[in-house]
Amino acid sequence: MPSLAREFAQGTTAFLERTGRMTRFGLQLLALTPASLLRVRPIVDQVYNTGALSLVIIMTCGLFVGMVLGLQGYDLLTRFGSEEYLGTAAALSLLKELGPVVTALLFAGRAGTALAAELGLMRATDQIAAMEIMAVDPMKRVVLPRFLGGVIAMPLLTATFIAIGLFGAQLVGVQFFGVDQGSFWSQMRSSVELADVREGLIKGVVFGVACSLIAVYEGYNALPTAEGVGRATTRTVVISAVVTLILDYLLTALML
Amino acid sequence: MRPSRTIDISTGLFVLLGFAAILFLVTQITNREFTLNSTSYRLRADFENIGGLKTGAPVSMAGVTIGRVEDVRYDMKLLKAVVTLRIDGRYDEIPDDSDASIYTAGLLGGQYVGLSPGGSEAYFKDGDRIGFVQDAVVLESLISKYLFSKAGEEKPAAAATAPAQE
Repeated sequence: MPSLAREFAQGTTAFLERTGRMTRFGLQLLALTPASLLRVRPIVDQVYNTGALSLVIIMTCGLFVGMVLGLQGYDLLTRFGSEEYLGTAAALSLLKELGPVVTALLFAGRAGTALAAELGLMRATDQIAAMEIMAVDPMKRVVLPRFLGGVIAMPLLTATFIAIGLFGAQLVGVQFFGVDQGSFWSQMRSSVELADVREGLIKGVVFGVACSLIAVYEGYNALPTAEGVGRATTRTVVISAVVTLILDYLLTALML
Repeated sequence: MRPSRTIDISTGLFVLLGFAAILFLVTQITNREFTLNSTSYRLRADFENIGGLKTGAPVSMAGVTIGRVEDVRYDMKLLKAVVTLRIDGRYDEIPDDSDASIYTAGLLGGQYVGLSPGGSEAYFKDGDRIGFVQDAVVLESLISKYLFSKAGEEKPAAAATAPAQE
């Protein structure tokens, strides 16, 4: 029993330590951001890596999430005889929840793991140590562009996901089930407000910051072994997913 | 690393697509705010019951949105709901005996104010009060009215059959 208590205490301290270190890491990045925004080239490369390369998976998933919404929404709404609200239902669920959250989960899986593995491998192969020897700050040179690239890419991916999802919902609702095209869009327009779009994009930005930070932190601080790199990528996905869902609750409660 | 030209082009495409998506979300799926130009004017209407009418609800004439509900408040002296309507300046020739009613859009939709034109030669001016109003229809009162009228119908019928049984 005492050993269990000790383990619990150790676990708690480790968690607190990790949280504190991640916060410090994030603040360091924040402090370095203004100066490195001038060096556009590496950031563009990372927007390409995290954003453009994630586009196909985001669009495919967006289409299918939207189509499922079309199916489920149609089934649910016909029970109340109000299938003309399908557009509203699809738009609001995509904008407020599914768009940002699913994009963040996919982003963590596609871009976050790539970032963590890349940085972890750089650590394991002593590239980061070599940079330090050459008096090149690896935080500024390697970590920050990756973080900023992710932060820029994430809201754009979210918006793309939502837009494609709406077309998916429209495809199923209007083309397959014959919901009236006019009422699909007009009901959506009359009940979706600018605040809903803003909520979705704010969530996208916040999740982008969180997932990118977790990915670069885990990668940069990976143990310099093959196992360490593997563990860093796993941790990236797990922590990103948990943090995204917790943040989602908090943000929703704040903005509702 | 691939040649940087390819990266630039795909990054550019990605960013453009992202912004196009944002633009689509902002302009296409939200209610495009009915923009009132500076020449808009206000009308007032006092209702006994406004149902679920809210600020920002459309004011329409023959189905065309010509303004918005600007303010809804309860007047303690009149004991009525005072609704301020803001009408677009383009529609400045509404006969001053037009009447205002509160309708519901669809079965579950939001409520709006509908104006039906009267026959007067004079037009509404800024700050005028709409004289003829019709309150919102409250579903419960309709149902109870219907039930009471049913009950009223059944009584005489019962009275008519009662003597026959005796």
